[in-house]
Amino acid sequence: MNNFEYLRAETLDQAVAAAAANPAAKFIAGGTNLVDLMKYNVERPERVIDITRLPLREIAPTEEGGLLIGALVPNSDLAYDERIQACYPLLASAILAGASPQLRNSATTGGNLLQRTRCYYFYDPGTPCNKREPGTGCPAIEGQNRIHAILGTSEHCIATHPSDMCVGLAALEAVIHVQGQGGARRIPIGEFHRLPGDTPHIDTTLRHDEVVTGVELPPSDYGSNHTYLKLRDRLSYAFALVSVAAALKIEDGVVAKARLALGGVAHKPWRDTAAEALLVGNPPGRERFAAAAEEVLRDARGYAHNSFKIELARRAIIRALEQAAAGTPQSQTDKRIR
Amino acid sequence: MSPSQEASADAAGIPVTLTVNGTTHRLTVQPTAVLLDVLRERLQLTGTKKGCDHGQCGACTVILDGRRVNSCMVLAAMKDGSSVTTIEGLAEDGRLHPMQQAFIEHDAFQCGYCTPGQIMSAVALLEEGRANTVEEIREYMSGNLCRCGAYVNIVAAIQQVLATGRRSATP
Ligand SMILES: Cc1cc2nc3c(=O)[nH]c(=O)nc-3n(C[C@H](O)[C@H](O)[C@H](O)COP(=O)(O)OP(=O)(O)OC[C@H]3O[C@@H](n4cnc5c(N)ncnc54)[C@H](O)[C@@H]3O)c2cc1C
Ligand code: SF4
Ligand code: FES
Ligand code: FES
Repeated sequence: MNNFEYLRAETLDQAVAAAAANPAAKFIAGGTNLVDLMKYNVERPERVIDITRLPLREIAPTEEGGLLIGALVPNSDLAYDERIQACYPLLASAILAGASPQLRNSATTGGNLLQRTRCYYFYDPGTPCNKREPGTGCPAIEGQNRIHAILGTSEHCIATHPSDMCVGLAALEAVIHVQGQGGARRIPIGEFHRLPGDTPHIDTTLRHDEVVTGVELPPSDYGSNHTYLKLRDRLSYAFALVSVAAALKIEDGVVAKARLALGGVAHKPWRDTAAEALLVGNPPGRERFAAAAEEVLRDARGYAHNSFKIELARRAIIRALEQAAAGTPQSQTDKRIR
Repeated sequence: MSPSQEASADAAGIPVTLTVNGTTHRLTVQPTAVLLDVLRERLQLTGTKKGCDHGQCGACTVILDGRRVNSCMVLAAMKDGSSVTTIEGLAEDGRLHPMQQAFIEHDAFQCGYCTPGQIMSAVALLEEGRANTVEEIREYMSGNLCRCGAYVNIVAAIQQVLATGRRSATP
């Protein structure tokens, strides 16, 4: 780990100013991603700004009937919050599918949004990587790419965003509240994470001096017709190969509203509104679900070791929609897939 | 981190007060020091183990301000004013914590390297009160890996303590 200047921010303005004054500064919250990357010398910040004393730990109701989650709310508190469990069980389930109890205790809402890819080459400063060192190339394309993306890739980077929580947030149309020197902004989750294009070193649309202050959830009315289905190499404590967040609003036997987002397949949580539209107005059923899956995967492209993800994703989408339609969400403790 | 680095940065370090197993320590830490290294190298509390140093194995699990965390991922400088319980803090007046006793009774270890982390995690699991079934114990203990594969006996030890309802070394 490189040496760095440690600053403890007492106010949001202090945090923003401290970041603005140093282009090599980084905020730290739970530290479970930043400290890890610093130990590998992947992140080498000159200044680390501790934001954990800022008053961003509340989950508060909004005027619209939703919730505003403070950026420092730990993942475990969020998942077990009564209001989240009652109104946004899809989000609770997605969070509990990720990491371990210890990590969820440390990890924060803001840090989870901004966690970086688990691409092996990104983690190894001994190899080239366009995300870590722009312009050096992407060894994953011709190398080990079993965990890599099948959608939205570019010739410069095929990494995935590893978060489970963010896939739930994408399905729930969350809005990210941020504040920087230019004032406060609200960024819809779909515009927060980026596709790699020719600038894979930029993960999100957040500016360097901006702090995520909270995540807003609009009101949700899916009842028990949801699921978060996560498929991985072992049953717990492993990142998703493919995950699916699905929510359906079923009225008089017909899908009135549908949400479908995937994890483990792209550089961002992959929501597909065209596939959702194929479900709306129809009774829920396997044929429709298969059509939606085809739609999501219409432009999917596999590499040497990850082509299996295309078929895995197709089946996972159908299974997740079946679970959502039946109101039998995936259990994150008993892993049997029904 | 080498001891010499620790010492040289001490002069310009960050003052923190940590209460560890009930004893208050005033320390000056380097910005780069993680809680695990401070416990082991500054406070000589070597019961907490370093397995992976990357949040992946759970050997370094301690209870920080009432919650189990991976101490290898925590910058000590950020925890001024915090309380920590380590494996050394579980026994009371020479009486083992029921979880320690149950691990012995069930032979829930082989080399013992993961054991302090397993026990700290299991003690926190009791407090959290969310694990009732075997599936739930397994899921909520999944952050603690055991290279020797003592999982079956670890689960049995935890089941026994859950069944007795005892939560501390005090009878
Ligand atoms: C072994 C292991 C397994 C894991 N498994 C999973 C898994 O299965 N699923 C999953 O989803 N995740 C998993 N994770 C990742 C974990 O969820 C993240 O590490 C965690 O959510 C990051 O949150 P943090 O608060 O610790 O972030 P930090 O490490 O503190 O910060 C991460 C990044 O976010 C920035 N940041 C933090 N807060 C803010 C803010 N408020 N405003 C602006 N920038 C901010 C930091 O500058 C930094 O760049 C795993 C991690 C480990 C170590
Ligand atoms: S996939 Fe992206 S992160 Fe991985 S090596 Fe290529 S450029 Fe780097
Ligand atoms: S040493 Fe901390 S999790 Fe392995
Ligand atoms: S007893 Fe050897 S690693 Fe668990």
